[in-house]
Amino acid sequence: MSTRLAGKGRLINKDQTVAFTFNGKHLRGFAGDTLASALLANDQMLVGRSFKYHRPRGVVASGAEEPNGLVNLGKGGKFEPNQRVTTTELFDGLTATSQNHWPSLEFDVGAINSTLSRFLPAGFYYKMFMFPRPFWKHVYEPFIRKSAGLGQAPKDRDADTYEHFHVHVDVLVYGGAIACLAAACAAGERGARVLLVEQNADWGGRAMVDGPEIDGMPADEWVKNAIEALENMPNVDMRPRCMGAGIYDHGYALAYERLTDHAPDQEGPRHRLWRIRANQIVTATGAIERPLSFAGNDVPGVMLASAIRDYVVNYGVSVGDRTVVVTNNDDAYRTAIILKQAGLEVPVIVDARVQVDGELIDEARDLGIRIETGKGIAKVIGGKRVTGVGLCAQAGEGAALEEIACDCIAMSGGWSPVVHLWSHCGGKLNWDADQAMFRPDPERPPTGHDGAAFVATVGIANGHLFTAEVLGDGWAAGRAAAKAAGHTRKGGGAPLGQDAAEGPISPVWLMPQGASHALRSKAWLDFQNDVKVSDVQLAAQEGFESVEHAKRYTTLGMATDQGKLSNINGLAVLSKALNDDIPNVGTTTFRPPYTPISMASIAGVAKDDLFQPIRKTPISDWANDNGADNEPVGQWRRPYAYLRHGESVEDAVNREVKNTRESLGLLDASTLGKLIVKGPDAGKFLDMMYTNMMSTLPVGKCRYGLMCSENGFLMDDGVVVRMSEDTWLCHTTTGGAEHIHAHMEDWLQCEWRDMQVYVANVTEQFAQIAVVGPNARKVLRKMGGMDVSADALPFMQWAEGKIGEFDARVFRISFSGELSYEIAVPAGQGRAFWDALMEAGEEFRVMPYGTEALHIMRAEKGFIMIGDETDGTVIPQDLNLNWELSKKKED
Amino acid sequence: MLILHCPYCGMDVDETDLHAGGQAHLKREGPGSDVAAFEDYLFMRENPKGVHFERWRHVYGCGKWFLAARCTSTLEVFGTYSAQTLEPPQDIKDKITAKRPGWVWGTFS
Repeated sequence: MSTRLAGKGRLINKDQTVAFTFNGKHLRGFAGDTLASALLANDQMLVGRSFKYHRPRGVVASGAEEPNGLVNLGKGGKFEPNQRVTTTELFDGLTATSQNHWPSLEFDVGAINSTLSRFLPAGFYYKMFMFPRPFWKHVYEPFIRKSAGLGQAPKDRDADTYEHFHVHVDVLVYGGAIACLAAACAAGERGARVLLVEQNADWGGRAMVDGPEIDGMPADEWVKNAIEALENMPNVDMRPRCMGAGIYDHGYALAYERLTDHAPDQEGPRHRLWRIRANQIVTATGAIERPLSFAGNDVPGVMLASAIRDYVVNYGVSVGDRTVVVTNNDDAYRTAIILKQAGLEVPVIVDARVQVDGELIDEARDLGIRIETGKGIAKVIGGKRVTGVGLCAQAGEGAALEEIACDCIAMSGGWSPVVHLWSHCGGKLNWDADQAMFRPDPERPPTGHDGAAFVATVGIANGHLFTAEVLGDGWAAGRAAAKAAGHTRKGGGAPLGQDAAEGPISPVWLMPQGASHALRSKAWLDFQNDVKVSDVQLAAQEGFESVEHAKRYTTLGMATDQGKLSNINGLAVLSKALNDDIPNVGTTTFRPPYTPISMASIAGVAKDDLFQPIRKTPISDWANDNGADNEPVGQWRRPYAYLRHGESVEDAVNREVKNTRESLGLLDASTLGKLIVKGPDAGKFLDMMYTNMMSTLPVGKCRYGLMCSENGFLMDDGVVVRMSEDTWLCHTTTGGAEHIHAHMEDWLQCEWRDMQVYVANVTEQFAQIAVVGPNARKVLRKMGGMDVSADALPFMQWAEGKIGEFDARVFRISFSGELSYEIAVPAGQGRAFWDALMEAGEEFRVMPYGTEALHIMRAEKGFIMIGDETDGTVIPQDLNLNWELSKKKED
Repeated sequence: MLILHCPYCGMDVDETDLHAGGQAHLKREGPGSDVAAFEDYLFMRENPKGVHFERWRHVYGCGKWFLAARCTSTLEVFGTYSAQTLEPPQDIKDKITAKRPGWVWGTFS
């Protein structure tokens, strides 16, 4: 069983217990625990069910790569699914529930899929659900939707707040292990402005567990000194719990800071998204240990070797009393040594290599640990927990030679550098056959605006597995990055590291080498999406030879962990099946973010009132006080109808139409675009912009115009007004003001550069009110001022003067077929003018009308509406608007 | 998220302040032109992996259109220049030639 060890645990504080619940069970951990370590300390190895076959699954890893330990966290407005237990810091009152099972974690009906697994191979959906056709919509899809997906979507509104930070730095360092600290020190000492971000709460990375010697002192002491030195540099900013999420064009980078996930009662935003422009970026993101592919490698209790020693050293948790170590490299021996030194049993180290030799092997042997070379694992005994293991010859086909009782298996298939961030913006990789890993190719880096590299990947992420190289690499990159950013102050030298020499790794992609189909279909590659060795081989056999195709056919690496554990193993199996070399098969594309980030952090503060700017007319406040039922039109909110007490929208619309047709209606038309086009060539220019002639429009008159895009499709319409000899006012649609302005600017700036024309967007400078209906003239007469009689101001003419006390431009135009005046007053007088019209109109039963009444009336009249009758593929002739196309001009 | 230099404002501008306008140096056809030529003008665009010329507008700045020469695969920017020209300035062409010998784009090289 797994339990807490006495006197161990670098990160926990045993004086401070923390209470939490898992599936309703009340459990206790210590301050400093992760949810994973606390669950293991309570012997809760089983944490979830697998996606497809509902197999019991336990914690595999100790960090961000964890594929199985996904839980629902919190309740109500703090509920969040798919949270990794390994990166969730424990706090008092934490509530977690496991996912993907029914009725319970221990007994799951869906596990029947596991016994049916031979009928559910890769591409099962594609093959099974083809026929009969109608079944897809009515039977298959509803069923698949019900069983698809991990976790549950939150139901309540998010109770937390989120924010963005925008920063510019000289050097951005992703990672907080020794390579990053060396890089940050080197860059910081030289005077560069440095931002150092680490995804975990503590600094130092693997060195804190594996304990090499640096500058003649233990690693933890060196890390403590380095942190102190960095904290004293005013030009260096350090952020723990901040994950380097992505690297994009020209030094743009994202980091995701989790501020209060570990302390939900703390004030302030929960997550912060850092939007960074960096001159240079150093990524030292370490490496992820690979699982080994043997039958039963997904049984709870089978874990990564490095994770097992992390739990011992960091949290004082022993995962099992008897741990069998299975490996193809020297590093896993560290786990055996640490376990043995902690007083735990290591019955055997199963090493797939025939020849082993080195300091760590000698040390393990001196501790009395049995080492079996040239061996592999034939089978894992146990269902919800490992109870034993069967050994076999690695070179054979899996005949069990011996069974050994154990409750934990530590596996290590070697290390894969975390090259994700290097690859996000185009960095390419090389296959290093000696170390069996993809490494960044320094000859093909991500390049910036000047064509030079702006990202350096160093340390273990660069394929350097030994402390001395890691430190030298990090330090040199920090110095070079500072120099590239223009900082050349003198600084100290590189730190020196020292650790045990290791023998070569021997790549093992399948254990044993000649495993039968029965074994291969129990050898998991992708734990989260339930993809096995046999699935990838089937994909290859069925012709999905490209790694990208095989990925999608099998769903390998498509789960929330994005294949952190499975990718390299999967493509090695694929390359073997295709009889090709690994570099020829290549990798799938690494895309940001590195680990999932919350949707809310992407939104930041942009929600509710801050979601987007809302544009208001001078009359909007009146409308909102008088029952306006608004609809969004671009960034404006326009009243759809004005509801009276107890009235439905439909009733209101009908009332508004009827009243306008019979008496008097008012429309707030302030949102219509208003562009002033002025200059000696303005007429000529507008002839080119509109389908009809505008240069011939006499001063004082109005003309309806259509505007087409280059390929002849209708893009906008509106009434054009000749204000004076050299000035036109072009009305556009509400949504069109900005882009029609831009369209005119484009042609003036780039094509007809000789034309002397100036365009100004004065949409917001004027309030415009349509006074519509048989009594329209009467109400204007009542208000006094200029002559609006049919003789003085006939249809399609305009005049400037006073209506009442207001400075007004009166356009005698109509969009409803009724007698109608559109009256523009300076925006500052808009509300007063509206109030005056409402007062004067009282005797005519004046009513405001909304956009829906407007639509009904214009449709009754047969007028078109851009966006309703047009969709970007409609030409004027489609709408019977041939009369609008001038025959007097060639173009 | 590119950064381009606005030749009018004289400053480096983030892509969020810009508006992309497609291919630069388009030859527009007028009335009476050949149908095939008209089709080319309306629908055919360069889509290279490598050297490319584009139109950008500094929409949340000076509002001016300008042109940019850049590499679509490495994101390198060779230079930005006025939109009021029929072909890229010689110094930008020279710069491209130095970095991408033998480059060809439309009728330019």
